[in-house]
Amino acid sequence: MTMVSYEPFVTEDGRTIGGVLMEMRNITLRFGGVVAIKDISFDIREGEIRAIIGPNGAGKSSMLNVISGFYTPSEGEVWFEGQKRPPMRPYQVARQGIARTFQNIALFQGMSTLDNMMTGRITKMHSSLPAQALWWASAQREESEHREAVEKIVDFLEIQHIRKTPVGRLPYGLQKRVELGRALAAEPRLLLLDEPMAGMNVEEKEDMSRFILDVNDEFGTTIALIEHDMGVVMDLSDRVVVMDYGKKIGDGTPDEVRGNQEVIDAYLGVTHD
Amino acid sequence: MLYREAGDFKTSYVEDGQTFPIRFDRWRYYAVLAVAFGVIPFVINDYWASAVFVPFLIYAIAAIGLNILTGYCGQVSLGTGGFMAVGAYSCYKLMTAFPEISILIHVLGAGVITAAVGVLFGLPSLRIKGFYLAVATLAAQFFLVWLFNKVPWFYNYSASGQISAPERTVLGVAVTGPNTEAWAKYMVCLVFVVALAWVARNLTRGTVGRSWMAIRDMDIAAEIIGVNPLKAKLTAFAVSSFFVGVAGALFFSVYLGAVEVGEAFGIQKSFLVLFMVIIGGLGSIFGSFAGAAFLVLLPVLLKNTLVGGFGWPTDLTAHLELIIVGALIIFFLIAEPHGLAQLWRIGKEKLRLWPFPH
Repeated sequence: MTMVSYEPFVTEDGRTIGGVLMEMRNITLRFGGVVAIKDISFDIREGEIRAIIGPNGAGKSSMLNVISGFYTPSEGEVWFEGQKRPPMRPYQVARQGIARTFQNIALFQGMSTLDNMMTGRITKMHSSLPAQALWWASAQREESEHREAVEKIVDFLEIQHIRKTPVGRLPYGLQKRVELGRALAAEPRLLLLDEPMAGMNVEEKEDMSRFILDVNDEFGTTIALIEHDMGVVMDLSDRVVVMDYGKKIGDGTPDEVRGNQEVIDAYLGVTHD
Repeated sequence: MLYREAGDFKTSYVEDGQTFPIRFDRWRYYAVLAVAFGVIPFVINDYWASAVFVPFLIYAIAAIGLNILTGYCGQVSLGTGGFMAVGAYSCYKLMTAFPEISILIHVLGAGVITAAVGVLFGLPSLRIKGFYLAVATLAAQFFLVWLFNKVPWFYNYSASGQISAPERTVLGVAVTGPNTEAWAKYMVCLVFVVALAWVARNLTRGTVGRSWMAIRDMDIAAEIIGVNPLKAKLTAFAVSSFFVGVAGALFFSVYLGAVEVGEAFGIQKSFLVLFMVIIGGLGSIFGSFAGAAFLVLLPVLLKNTLVGGFGWPTDLTAHLELIIVGALIIFFLIAEPHGLAQLWRIGKEKLRLWPFPH
């Protein structure tokens, strides 16, 4: 079921999916005696939307945390852009071009929308402390350049009216959007979305789905997402990994996964032996 | 319509990011600066300088410093008094070791030394947070005061154990020592305050400030989007301690002239500056000024009213003063937990519409 070909291929709807961007090889993650992830391998290809699904407690978020460097796997290797990734701190992973959003919104509540998104570009801003302290021309120029880049994302996400509002005051749906904006501000090669539609109503879900597809389409960003809404997952994603009890039980296109007996069992619930 | 921003359109990002973005604010601040530089030095006398202006300006620097660490970066510190002592003693050592160099350089040098010490004591912040960090900085407070008491090298083996500032001049005018004029003390402090407040504003509107606030608001998310927590926390400790060190150096050399470490830089100093920051408003430079003004002016005001106005005995007033200041602090925190800066902000929002609220 796992695709073994590393060559670019064309999907049903005519988009080209590139080579392997990220590869997880035999990842195991243990917390003491608890095994959160057990010997899982899968890859994420350049330009695709890759979904990770599974019942609650299946280890999806743990997997995302491994990718973003928050957890170091107990066993196994993470390969990114054809290179084995040594153990890294999360901010170093961010510098490699991996950005993410969180299941429970993790915005900086005391800061404005703009400041949140500008913080998202922190890996790209390099002016020194003295240059900023004395507000040298170089620091001002850098600030303006990045402001311009952020403004493009503000336009793209249609959040111009809340630019200067502290995000703590925004309604839930908008906060989710700002959080996506903060991740996009980093211009990531790989964007990880942890339940981007959780707690949203139908219209908000439609908006968010449109943004995800547009990000993928217009910026060519590779996306890996966790989502519980099966309708959304099947519509959005090119390939799906299914996890249950820390193990991978399915991997393939939405149609392949839908027909997989193990996946059906996991979702409908049969006794495990 | 005393205060409005309608019609104040920005056409470039540079304009939008300037020091005082709202035109009305800008003129008001310029007016304050004009009075501070152009009027006060000519009318100031010894009483006003030593009771009001000089301590206000110096505490404002210390409060901005602590606000950077606590208000912007979210790291609680009870070591402010100890770091002010580092500033004072390094300034003293520099003044006596290199008498030919300008005192202004010594004050900045004292700031740099304090920054280094601050980074050292900031290292535990990488592992511990909140109250536990507060206790760790408390250890810094007691250790530093003990150190300056116990090691005679720091006070040049003087018999009294005190340090006292020799006379130093800037452009031929004495700014330290017993012959200093009130206006000279005031001007030195004012120049430092204006320059450092501007630096603080620059830092807090740029990348450095955003990474501090990111750490404050959600440190895990901050790290995942690319903020290096080690760098952010240690720069906050360094910059904050630099400010506090400069404040300590000025407090010793320009304001008091002679200090004994336990008396001038004890734990109560740490609390005083922390109260200034909390009452003024966490995460606000204006709030640092407001808090410093509040806690410097209030006792003076009370003393003048009670002793001067009602003719009460001084010792009774001194005790009443503590009670009233304490009660007012509690009242303020209940009425507006976000401090004077928030009151000011709300006032501005109201004024924006006044007198036509609809």
